[in-house]
Amino acid sequence: MSDMKATTKDVKRLATLARVDVDDADLTRFATEFDSILAYVGKLDELTLPESGRNLSVVRNVLRADEAPYESGTWTQRIVEQFPAKEGNSLSVKKIINHD
Amino acid sequence: MTKSLNELSITEAARGLRSKEFTVRELWDACATAAKERNPELNAFLELFEADDVAIESAQKRIDGGEAPLLCGIPLAMKDNILIEGRIASAASKILANYRATYDATGVKKLKEQGALFIGRANMDEFGMGASTENSAFGPSRNPHDITRVPGGSSGGSAVAVAAHMVLGAYGTDTGGSCRQPASHTGVVGFKPTYGAVSRSGLIALGSSLDQMGEIAKTPEDAKILFDAVRGQDPLDATTFAPGTYPAFEIPKSFRIGVPHHLLEDGIDEDVKENLNATLKSLESLGHTVVPISLPTSVFALPVYYIIQPAEASVNLARYDGVRYGLAERGDSLLADYVKTRAEGFGEEPKRRILLGTFVLSSGYIDAYYRKADQARGVLRAEYDAAFESCDVIAFPTTPSPAFKFGEKSDPVSMYLEDIFTVTANLTGMPAISVPMGNVERDGVLLPTGIHFTAPLGADDLLFKIGALVTGETL
Repeated sequence: MSDMKATTKDVKRLATLARVDVDDADLTRFATEFDSILAYVGKLDELTLPESGRNLSVVRNVLRADEAPYESGTWTQRIVEQFPAKEGNSLSVKKIINHD
Repeated sequence: MTKSLNELSITEAARGLRSKEFTVRELWDACATAAKERNPELNAFLELFEADDVAIESAQKRIDGGEAPLLCGIPLAMKDNILIEGRIASAASKILANYRATYDATGVKKLKEQGALFIGRANMDEFGMGASTENSAFGPSRNPHDITRVPGGSSGGSAVAVAAHMVLGAYGTDTGGSCRQPASHTGVVGFKPTYGAVSRSGLIALGSSLDQMGEIAKTPEDAKILFDAVRGQDPLDATTFAPGTYPAFEIPKSFRIGVPHHLLEDGIDEDVKENLNATLKSLESLGHTVVPISLPTSVFALPVYYIIQPAEASVNLARYDGVRYGLAERGDSLLADYVKTRAEGFGEEPKRRILLGTFVLSSGYIDAYYRKADQARGVLRAEYDAAFESCDVIAFPTTPSPAFKFGEKSDPVSMYLEDIFTVTANLTGMPAISVPMGNVERDGVLLPTGIHFTAPLGADDLLFKIGALVTGETL
Protein backbone atom coordinates (compact mmCIF):
# COMPACT_ATOMS: atom_id res chain seq x y z
CA MET A 1 0.00 0.00 0.00
CA SER A 2 2.97 2.28 0.60
CA ASP A 3 3.70 2.63 -3.12
CA MET A 4 0.30 4.22 -3.76
CA LYS A 5 0.47 7.65 -5.37
CA ALA A 6 -2.24 10.13 -4.55
CA THR A 7 -3.50 12.23 -7.45
CA THR A 8 -5.34 15.53 -7.29
CA LYS A 9 -8.37 13.60 -8.51
CA ASP A 10 -8.15 11.31 -5.47
CA VAL A 11 -7.87 14.26 -3.11
CA LYS A 12 -10.80 16.00 -4.78
CA ARG A 13 -12.90 12.90 -4.35
CA LEU A 14 -11.98 12.66 -0.65
CA ALA A 15 -12.86 16.34 -0.27
CA THR A 16 -16.28 15.70 -1.78
CA LEU A 17 -16.83 12.77 0.57
CA ALA A 18 -15.73 14.90 3.54
CA ARG A 19 -17.88 17.84 2.43
CA VAL A 20 -15.08 20.34 2.33
CA ASP A 21 -14.03 22.57 -0.51
CA VAL A 22 -10.33 22.49 -1.42
CA ASP A 23 -9.06 24.94 -4.03
CA ASP A 24 -6.83 23.84 -6.91
CA ALA A 25 -3.52 25.03 -5.42
CA ASP A 26 -4.28 23.14 -2.20
CA LEU A 27 -5.32 20.03 -4.13
CA THR A 28 -1.89 19.78 -5.73
CA ARG A 29 -0.09 20.42 -2.45
CA PHE A 30 -2.25 17.98 -0.46
CA ALA A 31 -1.69 15.28 -3.11
CA THR A 32 2.11 15.67 -2.81
CA GLU A 33 1.95 15.69 0.99
CA PHE A 34 -0.30 12.65 1.01
CA ASP A 35 2.38 10.68 -0.80
CA SER A 36 4.88 11.34 1.96
CA ILE A 37 2.33 10.84 4.76
CA LEU A 38 1.09 7.57 3.25
CA ALA A 39 4.67 6.43 2.65
CA TYR A 40 5.29 7.04 6.34
CA VAL A 41 2.15 5.42 7.79
CA GLY A 42 2.50 2.68 5.15
CA LYS A 43 5.44 1.36 7.22
CA LEU A 44 2.71 -0.49 9.06
CA ASP A 45 2.78 -2.88 6.10
CA GLU A 46 6.03 -4.29 7.50
CA LEU A 47 4.38 -5.31 10.77
CA THR A 48 3.32 -8.93 10.96
CA LEU A 49 0.57 -9.25 13.51
CA PRO A 50 0.74 -12.31 15.75
CA GLU A 51 -2.42 -14.46 15.55
CA SER A 52 -3.07 -13.69 19.20
CA GLY A 53 -2.74 -9.98 18.44
CA ARG A 54 -5.85 -9.80 16.36
CA ASN A 55 -8.33 -9.64 19.17
CA LEU A 56 -6.52 -7.74 21.82
CA SER A 57 -8.68 -4.63 22.02
CA VAL A 58 -10.44 -4.40 25.34
CA VAL A 59 -14.09 -3.53 24.97
CA ARG A 60 -16.60 -3.27 27.76
CA ASN A 61 -20.21 -2.33 27.38
CA VAL A 62 -21.61 0.60 29.31
CA LEU A 63 -25.34 1.13 29.64
CA ARG A 64 -27.38 3.64 31.52
CA ALA A 65 -30.98 3.55 32.67
CA ASP A 66 -33.42 4.39 29.88
CA GLU A 67 -34.82 7.51 31.46
CA ALA A 68 -34.64 11.27 31.02
CA PRO A 69 -31.31 12.42 32.50
CA TYR A 70 -32.57 15.96 33.07
CA GLU A 71 -35.82 17.90 33.01
CA SER A 72 -37.04 18.85 29.55
CA GLY A 73 -36.24 22.45 28.69
CA THR A 74 -33.26 22.78 31.05
CA TRP A 75 -30.81 23.49 28.21
CA THR A 76 -33.16 24.81 25.53
CA GLN A 77 -32.45 28.51 25.88
CA ARG A 78 -28.67 28.13 25.90
CA ILE A 79 -28.70 25.86 22.88
CA VAL A 80 -31.15 27.97 20.88
CA GLU A 81 -28.97 31.03 21.42
CA GLN A 82 -26.24 29.32 19.38
CA PHE A 83 -28.46 28.68 16.33
CA PRO A 84 -27.30 30.67 13.30
CA ALA A 85 -30.92 30.91 12.06
CA LYS A 86 -34.08 30.26 14.05
CA GLU A 87 -37.79 30.79 14.39
CA GLY A 88 -38.74 30.85 18.04
CA ASN A 89 -37.11 27.78 19.54
CA SER A 90 -36.88 26.03 16.18
CA LEU A 91 -33.74 25.74 14.08
CA SER A 92 -34.18 27.02 10.52
CA VAL A 93 -32.55 25.04 7.74
CA LYS A 94 -32.72 25.09 3.96
CA LYS A 95 -35.15 22.90 2.12
CA ILE A 96 -33.57 19.48 1.53
CA ILE A 97 -35.86 18.02 -1.14
CA ASN A 98 -36.20 19.92 -4.39
CA HIS A 99 -38.83 19.07 -6.99
CA ASP A 100 -37.24 20.85 -9.90
CA MET B 1 15.27 35.56 47.22
CA THR B 2 11.53 35.94 47.62
CA LYS B 3 9.29 34.79 44.84
CA SER B 4 6.50 36.95 43.50
CA LEU B 5 3.09 35.46 44.21
CA ASN B 6 2.58 34.42 40.58
CA GLU B 7 5.86 32.49 40.72
CA LEU B 8 4.67 30.22 43.52
CA SER B 9 3.71 26.60 43.02
CA ILE B 10 0.15 25.59 43.86
CA THR B 11 1.41 23.86 46.99
CA GLU B 12 3.27 26.99 48.13
CA ALA B 13 0.33 29.27 47.34
CA ALA B 14 -2.17 27.04 49.14
CA ARG B 15 0.09 27.17 52.21
CA GLY B 16 0.51 30.96 51.97
CA LEU B 17 -3.23 31.53 51.64
CA ARG B 18 -3.89 29.41 54.72
CA SER B 19 -1.24 31.13 56.83
CA LYS B 20 -2.65 34.52 55.72
CA GLU B 21 0.63 35.68 54.15
CA PHE B 22 -1.47 36.98 51.25
CA THR B 23 -5.07 36.97 50.08
CA VAL B 24 -6.83 35.31 47.14
CA ARG B 25 -7.25 38.78 45.62
CA GLU B 26 -3.51 39.49 45.84
CA LEU B 27 -2.71 36.13 44.26
CA TRP B 28 -5.24 36.74 41.46
CA ASP B 29 -3.89 40.24 40.84
CA ALA B 30 -0.29 38.99 40.67
CA CYS B 31 -1.21 36.39 38.03
CA ALA B 32 -3.61 38.65 36.11
CA THR B 33 -0.98 41.42 35.96
CA ALA B 34 1.73 39.04 34.75
CA ALA B 35 -0.66 37.59 32.18
CA LYS B 36 -1.65 41.01 30.90
CA GLU B 37 1.98 42.17 30.71
CA ARG B 38 3.40 39.16 28.94
CA ASN B 39 0.54 38.03 26.73
CA PRO B 40 1.15 40.49 23.87
CA GLU B 41 4.59 38.94 23.46
CA LEU B 42 3.81 35.28 24.23
CA ASN B 43 0.20 34.91 22.99
CA ALA B 44 -0.47 32.22 25.58
CA PHE B 45 -4.08 33.34 25.98
CA LEU B 46 -6.75 33.92 23.37
CA GLU B 47 -8.77 35.74 26.02
CA LEU B 48 -8.05 36.97 29.52
CA PHE B 49 -11.03 36.99 31.86
CA GLU B 50 -12.01 39.86 34.15
CA ALA B 51 -11.71 39.15 37.86
CA ASP B 52 -14.77 37.31 39.16
CA ASP B 53 -15.28 39.20 42.43
CA VAL B 54 -17.90 36.79 43.74
CA ALA B 55 -15.69 33.75 43.14
CA ILE B 56 -12.63 35.48 44.66
CA GLU B 57 -14.51 36.51 47.82
CA SER B 58 -16.15 33.14 48.23
CA ALA B 59 -12.77 31.38 47.85
CA GLN B 60 -11.30 33.66 50.52
CA LYS B 61 -14.17 32.85 52.88
CA ARG B 62 -13.73 29.12 52.40
CA ILE B 63 -9.99 29.36 53.06
CA ASP B 64 -10.55 31.50 56.15
CA GLY B 65 -13.17 28.98 57.27
CA GLY B 66 -10.43 26.34 57.23
CA GLU B 67 -12.10 23.74 55.04
CA ALA B 68 -11.08 24.70 51.54
CA PRO B 69 -9.77 22.22 48.94
CA LEU B 70 -6.17 22.82 47.79
CA LEU B 71 -7.18 24.50 44.52
CA CYS B 72 -9.52 26.97 46.21
CA GLY B 73 -8.51 30.50 45.18
CA ILE B 74 -5.80 29.27 42.78
CA PRO B 75 -5.67 31.00 39.35
CA LEU B 76 -5.50 28.47 36.49
CA ALA B 77 -5.51 28.47 32.69
CA MET B 78 -7.99 26.42 30.67
CA LYS B 79 -7.21 25.26 27.15
CA ASP B 80 -9.57 26.71 24.56
CA ASN B 81 -11.12 23.29 23.81
CA ILE B 82 -12.45 22.78 27.37
CA LEU B 83 -15.94 24.16 27.94
CA ILE B 84 -16.66 26.82 30.57
CA GLU B 85 -20.35 27.71 30.49
CA GLY B 86 -21.06 31.09 28.89
CA ARG B 87 -17.47 31.51 27.65
CA ILE B 88 -16.20 31.18 24.09
CA ALA B 89 -14.60 27.78 23.46
CA SER B 90 -13.17 27.91 19.94
CA ALA B 91 -10.52 25.14 19.93
CA ALA B 92 -8.46 27.90 18.24
CA SER B 93 -10.55 27.43 15.09
CA LYS B 94 -12.39 29.98 13.00
CA ILE B 95 -15.25 27.52 12.72
CA LEU B 96 -15.97 27.88 16.46
CA ALA B 97 -14.77 31.47 16.94
CA ASN B 98 -18.25 32.59 18.00
CA TYR B 99 -19.24 29.44 19.91
CA ARG B 100 -20.21 30.02 23.53
CA ALA B 101 -20.19 26.91 25.72
CA THR B 102 -23.69 25.93 26.78
CA TYR B 103 -22.44 23.87 29.75
CA ASP B 104 -19.39 23.26 31.93
CA ALA B 105 -17.04 20.39 31.14
CA THR B 106 -17.19 17.91 34.03
CA GLY B 107 -13.63 18.87 34.98
CA VAL B 108 -14.55 22.56 34.99
CA LYS B 109 -17.64 21.87 37.10
CA LYS B 110 -15.47 20.06 39.66
CA LEU B 111 -12.93 22.90 39.69
CA LYS B 112 -15.62 25.54 40.18
CA GLU B 113 -17.00 23.54 43.10
CA GLN B 114 -13.52 23.51 44.61
CA GLY B 115 -13.23 27.29 44.23
CA ALA B 116 -10.51 27.34 41.54
CA LEU B 117 -10.27 30.54 39.47
CA PHE B 118 -9.78 30.85 35.72
CA ILE B 119 -7.47 33.52 34.29
CA GLY B 120 -8.33 32.88 30.68
CA ARG B 121 -8.56 30.48 27.79
CA ALA B 122 -5.26 29.22 26.50
CA ASN B 123 -4.08 29.13 22.90
CA MET B 124 -3.56 25.82 21.10
CA ASP B 125 -3.15 24.18 17.72
CA GLU B 126 -6.53 24.17 15.97
CA PHE B 127 -8.62 21.30 17.43
CA GLY B 128 -5.41 19.99 19.05
CA MET B 129 -3.84 19.17 15.70
CA GLY B 130 -0.19 20.08 15.93
CA ALA B 131 2.91 20.14 18.05
CA SER B 132 3.82 23.84 17.99
CA THR B 133 0.65 26.05 18.21
CA GLU B 134 1.56 27.22 14.69
CA ASN B 135 -1.78 25.75 13.62
CA SER B 136 -3.79 28.11 15.84
CA ALA B 137 -6.17 30.20 13.73
CA PHE B 138 -5.30 33.11 16.04
CA GLY B 139 -1.49 33.14 15.80
CA PRO B 140 1.05 30.94 17.56
CA SER B 141 2.19 31.15 21.18
CA ARG B 142 5.88 31.79 21.78
CA ASN B 143 8.32 29.91 23.98
CA PRO B 144 9.28 32.06 26.99
CA HIS B 145 12.81 30.59 26.93
CA ASP B 146 13.35 31.85 23.38
CA ILE B 147 10.57 33.68 21.58
CA THR B 148 11.95 32.71 18.18
CA ARG B 149 11.00 29.13 19.05
CA VAL B 150 7.70 27.29 19.39
CA PRO B 151 6.43 26.27 22.82
CA GLY B 152 5.28 22.87 21.52
CA GLY B 153 1.67 21.88 21.27
CA SER B 154 -1.07 21.38 21.01
CA SER B 155 -1.55 22.67 24.60
CA GLY B 156 1.20 25.26 23.97
CA GLY B 157 -0.72 28.18 25.46
CA SER B 158 -1.35 26.25 28.68
CA ALA B 159 2.35 25.35 28.96
CA VAL B 160 3.51 28.91 28.28
CA ALA B 161 1.03 30.28 30.83
CA VAL B 162 2.58 28.05 33.50
CA ALA B 163 6.22 28.45 32.40
CA ALA B 164 5.91 32.26 32.24
CA HIS B 165 4.17 32.36 35.64
CA MET B 166 0.93 33.82 34.31
CA VAL B 167 -0.94 31.13 36.26
CA LEU B 168 -0.03 28.58 38.91
CA GLY B 169 -1.26 25.59 36.90
CA ALA B 170 -3.14 24.78 33.71
CA TYR B 171 -5.30 22.19 32.05
CA GLY B 172 -4.85 21.00 28.53
CA THR B 173 -5.87 17.98 26.54
CA ASP B 174 -3.52 15.21 25.45
CA THR B 175 -4.35 13.09 22.40
CA GLY B 176 -0.82 12.22 21.27
CA GLY B 177 1.43 14.15 23.63
CA SER B 178 -0.26 17.55 23.68
CA CYS B 179 0.39 18.19 27.39
CA ARG B 180 3.72 16.37 27.75
CA GLN B 181 5.51 17.68 24.65
CA PRO B 182 4.85 21.43 25.28
CA ALA B 183 5.69 20.89 28.97
CA SER B 184 9.03 19.43 27.90
CA HIS B 185 9.71 22.34 25.53
CA THR B 186 8.90 24.98 28.16
CA GLY B 187 10.52 23.37 31.20
CA VAL B 188 7.42 22.41 33.20
CA VAL B 189 5.61 19.18 34.15
CA GLY B 190 3.02 17.67 31.79
CA PHE B 191 0.77 14.76 32.66
CA LYS B 192 -1.56 12.48 30.67
CA PRO B 193 -3.82 10.37 32.90
CA THR B 194 -4.88 6.76 32.26
CA TYR B 195 -7.57 6.82 29.57
CA GLY B 196 -10.88 7.04 31.42
CA ALA B 197 -9.42 8.44 34.65
CA VAL B 198 -10.82 11.89 33.87
CA SER B 199 -14.12 12.66 32.15
CA ARG B 200 -14.04 13.85 28.55
CA SER B 201 -17.47 15.44 28.88
CA GLY B 202 -17.13 19.04 27.75
CA LEU B 203 -13.86 18.54 25.87
CA ILE B 204 -14.03 19.38 22.18
CA ALA B 205 -13.27 15.94 20.74
CA LEU B 206 -10.26 15.22 18.53
CA GLY B 207 -9.55 11.47 18.72
CA SER B 208 -12.08 10.06 21.13
CA SER B 209 -10.24 6.83 21.94
CA LEU B 210 -7.05 8.82 22.65
CA ASP B 211 -8.17 12.13 24.24
CA GLN B 212 -7.67 12.85 27.93
CA MET B 213 -7.86 16.08 29.92
CA GLY B 214 -4.25 16.58 31.01
CA GLU B 215 -2.42 18.71 33.53
CA ILE B 216 0.47 21.18 33.20
CA ALA B 217 2.18 22.30 36.39
CA LYS B 218 5.37 23.68 37.91
CA THR B 219 6.03 20.54 39.97
CA PRO B 220 4.99 16.87 39.96
CA GLU B 221 3.20 17.48 43.27
CA ASP B 222 1.15 20.28 41.67
CA ALA B 223 0.34 18.01 38.71
CA LYS B 224 -1.02 15.47 41.18
CA ILE B 225 -3.18 18.14 42.85
CA LEU B 226 -4.57 19.20 39.47
CA PHE B 227 -5.22 15.58 38.49
CA ASP B 228 -6.86 14.62 41.80
CA ALA B 229 -9.19 17.62 41.46
CA VAL B 230 -10.76 16.39 38.21
CA ARG B 231 -10.39 12.59 38.23
CA GLY B 232 -13.25 10.15 38.78
CA GLN B 233 -16.04 8.27 37.09
CA ASP B 234 -18.66 10.40 35.33
CA PRO B 235 -22.06 9.27 34.04
CA LEU B 236 -21.59 11.75 31.16
CA ASP B 237 -18.54 9.85 29.85
CA ALA B 238 -19.06 6.09 29.58
CA THR B 239 -15.32 5.51 29.12
CA THR B 240 -14.51 6.74 32.63
CA PHE B 241 -13.81 3.81 34.92
CA ALA B 242 -14.83 2.90 38.46
CA PRO B 243 -12.29 2.58 41.27
CA GLY B 244 -10.96 -0.98 41.36
CA THR B 245 -11.09 -1.44 37.57
CA TYR B 246 -7.31 -1.77 37.44
CA PRO B 247 -5.12 -3.62 39.95
CA ALA B 248 -4.01 -1.59 42.94
CA PHE B 249 -0.36 -0.47 42.82
CA GLU B 250 1.89 0.16 45.73
CA ILE B 251 4.42 2.89 45.23
CA PRO B 252 7.75 1.06 45.39
CA LYS B 253 10.56 2.27 47.67
CA SER B 254 12.99 1.44 44.93
CA PHE B 255 11.79 1.88 41.35
CA ARG B 256 12.71 -0.51 38.53
CA ILE B 257 12.97 1.82 35.54
CA GLY B 258 12.60 0.09 32.19
CA VAL B 259 14.57 1.65 29.32
CA PRO B 260 14.01 0.49 25.71
CA HIS B 261 17.57 1.17 24.49
CA HIS B 262 16.74 -0.07 20.98
CA LEU B 263 14.39 2.91 20.49
CA LEU B 264 17.05 5.41 21.52
CA GLU B 265 19.80 4.57 19.05
CA ASP B 266 18.87 6.94 16.22
CA GLY B 267 17.23 10.29 15.73
CA ILE B 268 17.84 11.76 19.19
CA ASP B 269 20.10 14.77 19.76
CA GLU B 270 23.32 13.72 21.55
CA ASP B 271 22.92 16.24 24.36
CA VAL B 272 19.30 15.19 24.95
CA LYS B 273 20.55 11.62 25.27
CA GLU B 274 23.25 12.81 27.68
CA ASN B 275 20.59 14.49 29.85
CA LEU B 276 18.58 11.27 29.85
CA ASN B 277 21.58 9.18 30.87
CA ALA B 278 22.57 11.66 33.58
CA THR B 279 19.02 11.65 34.96
CA LEU B 280 18.90 7.85 34.98
CA LYS B 281 22.33 7.74 36.69
CA SER B 282 21.20 10.07 39.41
CA LEU B 283 18.11 7.91 39.98
CA GLU B 284 20.41 4.89 40.21
CA SER B 285 22.53 6.68 42.76
CA LEU B 286 19.36 7.08 44.86
CA GLY B 287 18.94 3.30 44.90
CA HIS B 288 16.64 2.78 41.90
CA THR B 289 17.53 0.32 39.15
CA VAL B 290 17.55 0.68 35.39
CA VAL B 291 16.27 -2.41 33.58
CA PRO B 292 16.76 -2.91 29.83
CA ILE B 293 13.44 -3.73 28.14
CA SER B 294 12.31 -4.41 24.60
CA LEU B 295 9.26 -2.85 22.92
CA PRO B 296 9.69 -3.98 19.28
CA THR B 297 6.26 -2.84 18.02
CA SER B 298 6.91 0.71 19.30
CA VAL B 299 8.65 1.57 16.03
CA PHE B 300 5.19 1.31 14.43
CA ALA B 301 3.46 3.45 17.06
CA LEU B 302 3.63 6.72 15.15
CA PRO B 303 2.31 5.27 11.85
CA VAL B 304 -0.48 3.59 13.87
CA TYR B 305 -1.28 6.89 15.57
CA TYR B 306 -1.37 8.88 12.33
CA ILE B 307 -3.94 6.43 10.98
CA ILE B 308 -6.20 6.17 14.01
CA GLN B 309 -6.13 9.82 15.02
CA PRO B 310 -7.06 11.33 11.61
CA ALA B 311 -9.73 8.61 11.26
CA GLU B 312 -11.33 9.61 14.54
CA ALA B 313 -10.79 13.32 13.88
CA SER B 314 -12.51 13.15 10.49
CA VAL B 315 -15.53 11.62 12.19
CA ASN B 316 -15.54 14.04 15.14
CA LEU B 317 -15.15 17.09 12.90
CA ALA B 318 -18.09 16.02 10.72
CA ARG B 319 -20.40 17.78 13.19
CA TYR B 320 -19.14 21.25 12.22
CA ASP B 321 -21.40 22.09 9.34
CA GLY B 322 -22.77 25.56 10.06
CA VAL B 323 -26.23 24.30 10.97
CA ARG B 324 -26.55 24.40 14.74
CA TYR B 325 -23.68 26.55 16.02
CA GLY B 326 -20.38 28.09 15.06
CA LEU B 327 -19.49 29.63 11.71
CA ALA B 328 -22.42 29.56 9.27
CA GLU B 329 -21.51 30.36 5.67
CA ARG B 330 -24.39 30.22 3.22
CA GLY B 331 -24.50 28.87 -0.35
CA ASP B 332 -27.37 28.10 -2.69
CA SER B 333 -28.23 24.70 -1.19
CA LEU B 334 -27.95 22.92 2.13
CA LEU B 335 -24.97 20.95 0.80
CA ALA B 336 -23.34 24.18 -0.34
CA ASP B 337 -23.86 25.56 3.19
CA TYR B 338 -21.90 22.63 4.65
CA VAL B 339 -19.12 22.74 2.10
CA LYS B 340 -18.64 26.52 2.29
CA THR B 341 -18.75 26.61 6.08
CA ARG B 342 -16.16 23.86 6.37
CA ALA B 343 -13.92 25.31 3.65
CA GLU B 344 -13.95 28.73 5.33
CA GLY B 345 -13.90 27.54 8.92
CA PHE B 346 -11.22 24.85 9.01
CA GLY B 347 -7.53 25.66 8.75
CA GLU B 348 -5.06 23.68 6.70
CA GLU B 349 -4.18 20.97 9.21
CA PRO B 350 -7.79 20.02 10.10
CA LYS B 351 -8.52 19.80 6.37
CA ARG B 352 -5.44 17.64 5.84
CA ARG B 353 -6.48 15.27 8.63
CA ILE B 354 -10.12 15.16 7.60
CA LEU B 355 -9.02 14.09 4.13
CA LEU B 356 -6.50 11.59 5.48
CA GLY B 357 -9.06 10.20 7.92
CA THR B 358 -11.64 9.92 5.18
CA PHE B 359 -9.08 8.02 3.11
CA VAL B 360 -8.05 5.46 5.77
CA LEU B 361 -11.72 4.77 6.55
CA SER B 362 -12.85 4.48 2.94
CA SER B 363 -13.89 1.09 1.65
CA GLY B 364 -10.96 -0.57 -0.04
CA TYR B 365 -8.44 0.96 2.37
CA ILE B 366 -10.03 0.49 5.80
CA ASP B 367 -8.60 -3.04 6.24
CA ALA B 368 -5.05 -2.13 5.24
CA TYR B 369 -4.97 1.06 7.29
CA TYR B 370 -7.53 1.55 10.04
CA ARG B 371 -8.24 -2.06 11.01
CA LYS B 372 -4.59 -3.06 10.91
CA ALA B 373 -3.68 -0.02 13.00
CA ASP B 374 -6.36 -0.91 15.52
CA GLN B 375 -4.97 -4.44 15.82
CA ALA B 376 -1.42 -3.13 16.14
CA ARG B 377 -2.69 -1.05 19.02
CA GLY B 378 -3.64 -4.23 20.85
CA VAL B 379 -0.17 -5.66 20.24
CA LEU B 380 1.46 -2.49 21.56
CA ARG B 381 -0.59 -2.68 24.75
CA ALA B 382 0.27 -6.37 25.25
CA GLU B 383 3.96 -5.56 24.76
CA TYR B 384 3.85 -2.81 27.36
CA ASP B 385 1.96 -5.11 29.77
CA ALA B 386 4.70 -7.71 29.34
CA ALA B 387 7.44 -5.12 29.87
CA PHE B 388 5.81 -4.00 33.11
CA GLU B 389 6.41 -7.46 34.54
CA SER B 390 10.08 -6.56 34.90
CA CYS B 391 9.77 -2.82 35.64
CA ASP B 392 7.52 -0.28 37.40
CA VAL B 393 7.84 2.57 34.92
CA ILE B 394 9.29 2.98 31.42
CA ALA B 395 11.58 5.92 30.63
CA PHE B 396 12.73 7.74 27.50
CA PRO B 397 13.07 11.38 26.47
CA THR B 398 9.78 13.22 25.88
CA THR B 399 11.03 14.57 22.54
CA PRO B 400 14.15 13.81 20.46
CA SER B 401 15.18 17.50 20.38
CA PRO B 402 14.46 20.73 22.25
CA ALA B 403 11.97 23.38 21.03
CA PHE B 404 12.39 24.21 17.35
CA LYS B 405 12.16 27.49 15.47
CA PHE B 406 8.97 28.79 13.91
CA GLY B 407 8.52 27.46 10.40
CA GLU B 408 11.25 24.83 10.83
CA LYS B 409 8.91 21.88 10.45
CA SER B 410 6.79 22.98 7.55
CA ASP B 411 6.24 19.55 6.02
CA PRO B 412 3.59 17.52 7.88
CA VAL B 413 5.63 14.35 8.50
CA SER B 414 8.47 16.24 10.21
CA MET B 415 5.91 17.85 12.54
CA TYR B 416 4.26 14.47 13.22
CA LEU B 417 7.69 13.07 14.22
CA GLU B 418 7.64 15.44 17.22
CA ASP B 419 5.18 12.99 18.81
CA ILE B 420 7.30 9.88 18.25
CA PHE B 421 7.79 9.13 21.95
CA THR B 422 4.52 10.44 23.35
CA VAL B 423 1.83 8.81 21.16
CA THR B 424 2.28 5.30 22.53
CA ALA B 425 0.76 6.22 25.90
CA ASN B 426 -2.37 7.44 24.12
CA LEU B 427 -2.55 4.32 21.97
CA THR B 428 -2.21 2.02 25.00
CA GLY B 429 -4.29 4.26 27.30
CA MET B 430 -1.48 4.24 29.85
CA PRO B 431 -0.67 7.23 32.08
CA ALA B 432 2.50 9.21 31.33
CA ILE B 433 4.37 12.24 32.61
CA SER B 434 7.06 14.59 31.33
CA VAL B 435 9.40 16.11 33.90
CA PRO B 436 12.21 18.62 33.23
CA MET B 437 15.62 16.91 32.99
CA GLY B 438 17.97 19.80 32.40
CA ASN B 439 18.82 22.12 29.54
CA VAL B 440 20.67 21.94 26.25
CA GLU B 441 22.22 24.90 24.42
CA ARG B 442 21.07 26.01 20.97
CA ASP B 443 22.33 29.26 19.39
CA GLY B 444 23.61 30.38 22.76
CA VAL B 445 20.25 29.90 24.49
CA LEU B 446 19.53 27.29 27.13
CA LEU B 447 16.45 25.25 26.25
CA PRO B 448 14.70 22.75 28.52
CA THR B 449 14.36 19.02 27.85
CA GLY B 450 12.06 16.48 29.46
CA ILE B 451 12.22 12.88 30.66
CA HIS B 452 9.09 10.84 29.95
CA PHE B 453 7.78 8.06 32.16
CA THR B 454 4.94 5.66 31.38
CA ALA B 455 3.21 3.56 34.04
CA PRO B 456 0.72 0.66 33.83
CA LEU B 457 -3.01 1.39 33.43
CA GLY B 458 -4.41 2.89 36.62
CA ALA B 459 -0.97 3.41 38.18
CA ASP B 460 -1.01 7.19 37.64
CA ASP B 461 0.25 7.93 41.15
CA LEU B 462 3.55 6.15 40.48
CA LEU B 463 4.38 8.89 37.98
CA PHE B 464 4.12 11.81 40.40
CA LYS B 465 6.46 9.94 42.74
CA ILE B 466 9.10 9.14 40.11
CA GLY B 467 8.71 12.70 38.78
CA ALA B 468 9.38 14.11 42.24
CA LEU B 469 12.48 11.90 42.51
CA VAL B 470 13.80 13.51 39.33
CA THR B 471 13.11 17.07 40.47
CA GLY B 472 14.36 16.32 43.98
CA GLU B 473 11.12 17.10 45.77
CA THR B 474 9.58 15.09 48.53
CA LEU B 475 6.20 13.62 47.74
